Amino acid sequence: MSEHVTAAERLAGGHAHHFKDGDAEFQACKSGMWIFLVTEVLFFSGLFVMYAVLRVFNHDMMHEAHQLLNWKLGATNTVILICSSLSMAMAVTAAQTGRTKDCVRNLWITELFAVGFLCVKYVEYSHKIHEGILPGALWHYAEMSVAKAPLFISVYFVMTGIHALHVIVGMGVIYSLIRRAGRGDFGPNYFTPVEMTGLYWHFVDLVWIYLFPLLYLVS
Amino acid sequence: MTMYRLKRLSLFILVGIVSSVSLTAGGAHAATLPVAATDVARDWDSIYWFLMWVSAFFFVGIVVAMAIFAIKYRKGVNKRPKYLHGHTGIEVLWTIIPTIIVLWMFWWGWLVYKDMVHAPQDAMEIHVIGKQWQWQFVYNNGKSTVGDLYVPANKPVKLIMSSEDVLHSFFVPNFRVKQDVVPGMYTHVWFEAKIPGIHQIYCTEYCGGLHSGMLARMIVLTPEQWHNFQLGKEIDLKTLAPDPTFPGYETLNNVMMLDRQSKIAAAEAPKNTGGQLSLADKGKALMAAKGCIACHTTDGSKLVGPSYKGIYGADVKLADGRTVKADDNYIRESIENPTAKVVEGFPPSMPPYKGLMSEEEILSMIEFIKSLK
Amino acid sequence: MGQTAEKHGDNYINHSAGIKSWLLTLDHKRIGLMYFCTTMVFFLVGGIFALMMRMELFSPGMQYMTQDTFNKFFTYHGAIMVFMVIIPLIPAALGNLVLPMQLGAKDVAFPRWNLVSYYIYLGGALLAASTLFIKQVDTGWTFYTPYSIRSSTSATYVLLGAFTMGFSSILTGLNFIVTIHKLRAPGLTWDRLPLFLWALYATSVIQVLATPVLAITLLLLTLERTLGIGIFDPKLGGDPVLFQHFFWFYSHPAVYIMILPAMGVISEIIPAFSRKPIFGYKAIAAATFGIALVSFVVWGHHLFVSGQSELANFVFSLLTMFVAIPTGVKVFSWLGTLYKGSLRFDVPLLYAFGFLFVFTIGGLTGVFLAVVSVDVHLTDTYFVIAHFHYVMVGGTILAFLAGLHYWFPKFTGKMYHDGLAKVACWFVMIGFNVTFFPQFIVGALGMPRRYADYLPQFTEYNRLSTIGSWILGAGLFMVFINIARSLKSGKPAGDNPWGALTLEWQTPSPPPMENFKHDPVVTDGPYEYRGENVHWGMNA
Repeated sequence: MSEHVTAAERLAGGHAHHFKDGDAEFQACKSGMWIFLVTEVLFFSGLFVMYAVLRVFNHDMMHEAHQLLNWKLGATNTVILICSSLSMAMAVTAAQTGRTKDCVRNLWITELFAVGFLCVKYVEYSHKIHEGILPGALWHYAEMSVAKAPLFISVYFVMTGIHALHVIVGMGVIYSLIRRAGRGDFGPNYFTPVEMTGLYWHFVDLVWIYLFPLLYLVS
Repeated sequence: MTMYRLKRLSLFILVGIVSSVSLTAGGAHAATLPVAATDVARDWDSIYWFLMWVSAFFFVGIVVAMAIFAIKYRKGVNKRPKYLHGHTGIEVLWTIIPTIIVLWMFWWGWLVYKDMVHAPQDAMEIHVIGKQWQWQFVYNNGKSTVGDLYVPANKPVKLIMSSEDVLHSFFVPNFRVKQDVVPGMYTHVWFEAKIPGIHQIYCTEYCGGLHSGMLARMIVLTPEQWHNFQLGKEIDLKTLAPDPTFPGYETLNNVMMLDRQSKIAAAEAPKNTGGQLSLADKGKALMAAKGCIACHTTDGSKLVGPSYKGIYGADVKLADGRTVKADDNYIRESIENPTAKVVEGFPPSMPPYKGLMSEEEILSMIEFIKSLK
Repeated sequence: MGQTAEKHGDNYINHSAGIKSWLLTLDHKRIGLMYFCTTMVFFLVGGIFALMMRMELFSPGMQYMTQDTFNKFFTYHGAIMVFMVIIPLIPAALGNLVLPMQLGAKDVAFPRWNLVSYYIYLGGALLAASTLFIKQVDTGWTFYTPYSIRSSTSATYVLLGAFTMGFSSILTGLNFIVTIHKLRAPGLTWDRLPLFLWALYATSVIQVLATPVLAITLLLLTLERTLGIGIFDPKLGGDPVLFQHFFWFYSHPAVYIMILPAMGVISEIIPAFSRKPIFGYKAIAAATFGIALVSFVVWGHHLFVSGQSELANFVFSLLTMFVAIPTGVKVFSWLGTLYKGSLRFDVPLLYAFGFLFVFTIGGLTGVFLAVVSVDVHLTDTYFVIAHFHYVMVGGTILAFLAGLHYWFPKFTGKMYHDGLAKVACWFVMIGFNVTFFPQFIVGALGMPRRYADYLPQFTEYNRLSTIGSWILGAGLFMVFINIARSLKSGKPAGDNPWGALTLEWQTPSPPPMENFKHDPVVTDGPYEYRGENVHWGMNA
């Protein structure tokens, strides 16, 4: 079917038949991606509302319970993700200007940061699971008996868990980009997937930048 | 179509408008709302009928316009449609007029609502506990009733309600009050009943299994009867007036509802059981009515308490390490005094039913448990 | 494909053969038809549940099933009809078929995502429906906590199914928004956009903005059931009413996902069969967006008796009133379009008249429920059931049937049997009103909803309602017999049987693979019935 456009055709300025030209297609993809990010914002906004409700009604508990989290590890992860955003942005520029090798290298660096982020997360999670600092009904941590503290931990696990899931999905997508970039699929005429993934990755970082102070730095 | 016929038609339509407005609003006046048994209910009725008349006016207007257009502007009659894109004046008008109307409706509704939710300071307080699938009422003198709420007439009463398990909703149509009953929080309704006698209470928030059987009776007593009730004297409910909305029908609580269902089932039961429910079936209905199956399953799965399935005749390990055989006496004891021998792995949370059930009822329950091999 | 195909040759139906060419198609028309068939299968299943419930309610007492079974029936009826039928019905089925054609586009912006969206919908629907065979769910389609946490049924899979279907809804909405923005034919300016597309646009905006909130809500409830996170569980310190807020933040706008496209269909049909421009084009388009906007701030009117604060009740009651105004504007504008028109009562217009009649009742009773004190008595009774069936069935389903008969000749090249369609329409109308009108009365008298058994004083109303359900069922059955029959032996319809002016009619029926033989150029508004256009064209 003529909907299918090969990589070679795209690099030569080809585009899907129902668009008037390649630029129109790129603009459509970009709009689509932004709308998708809006849905992501609303998805997370549900979690933020849940957090806000809990905090408004249980301010003292939140203050007590947040000390169960290790803010140093959280801050480390913040730095890691900001760096990964930078490398992702460099990968996008490289793809746009046709520097394939640069693009692949920066994508790998981004993957590496993501792995680092997940390792830190693993340390945090396993420590909590070991201590019994677990969501809701599973909680069996003896050293804190603040009422509803398990709810805070529920919120922590759900929010960071869903965020981590987004990181993992992003890693998968970036890996597919690495393979496609290595194959020479992208160039100045066609870099849509790299740019779209870049937008997604920045969004994931941004979510963490909100999560970190809200969860680790309750005052 | 001649002019004459058209005129006759419009006359016909006019008669149609008048009669249908009267039918939809006026005629409905008679029997489409429950009797208003409080002052607040009467206020409620005023705004309801105001809404009904306004709605009837718009509805009939729209339908009549449609009918006239359908006749007058049929393809065969009107061959030259008017080329028309709109009319700013009329569009502004049909935006502004409804806005004013609905804002008025809102404001009036709000005023009535404030009266509905704000109980007078001196209101008598009664506690309501909703649980699957019965209503329990606890009075300040320590007395407690299930399925029947006793209140004095012409005195404001405030109910403080909570739920033991899931959401319920307390609804008295004759008083126009309804309020969800939520576990973990207290909610309120208040009323001042003007009509002594019995009024129907429903649960209106879906609460599982026997939601539709979670009924209760609001028993509004005259000062003299209320005095007797407080002294602990038995009130003969047969002498009280039935629900004024449905005077020809019995007002039911949860147990009576279950009883009615089992009677219907019995009437339809095959002849070989002589039209009678078996003892085990009676026990089953009773277990549902008393809410036992909220905590005990019949299929072997664990809820708050142990399942009935296969327990009869089995050796049961108790929380204190002993083992007992679950025979008739053990089951009887577990109903009447459940904390005496608690099964291992379950909390001692069941309330005692000693003195609350007849010999025959206990027998039927044991028989039902026996039947669950 | 008979005469039509010979005349026009290649079209989207005969373009390629074989089951694979359908299952893997990227063509929006084929995907639309696949949505249509799937939703119809679920419509049948949901309808059977409804008929069985009405059967049980024919008499008080339990006749044919236990209370538990009844509770499962209304759960599946609700969940199937809402998530699997009405939400995708007009946007995904009719929308996919019509939207690119009315735009003069060859396809939607992202055809591949369009197909993915269909399979996500199918997968989610099958996952949810699979629970019909093991531990059927009894929570009600609203999944109110804490009952839905405690229910020992396979509610988790229905939750995950609805969660999955949400992504399909989001992708369809996203696709439509980008398509409308980027793929309009030359000359198709915003003020020439057909009102059906304005409606789909507003619907897509709601889908994109509200569905993610449902997704997170269902996910949290799933975690609540599997891990016991406690957010909605009062036993663990959580708040069950918070769930209702989350749930209705999506599910109230979802009501407008269901009704806005229906209004769009009516806005197409009324001018075409009145041979007049639509009355107040801009007002209707604005009202569409007005409703979409207001839909996000009125969810609390579902919680008037939930225990939420008095202030919240005040605000939500006031805001809900503003839904009535744009809705009224639309109804009045449709009447204005009929005024001094030249009405031809084909089946689509018959259904549109039916829509106006019942939707007015549905809308006006909505005002009752928006007034906070009046709602206290009426909420959770059959009055509410009657109200939303007047909107969902009387509104959405009737408009869908109107649209179905309107576009059937376009997408099949065949004409339905007119006589049978008219008889079916009357059956549907009469059956619908006999079914649901008595429910207003029985609800006002106090009969609560979701009752497997009821008190004997409500018997007459329930009997009438059950008899109505048979007439309605018969009417819908006739509609589908007619469709099946007309697919095989319908007369050739011609390219533009209604002489309509929107772009989908300016191409052969059925349309060719890429919709238009020559790229269309728009020079006028969609409803400019004047001069030559007033006549019905050669097919009339």
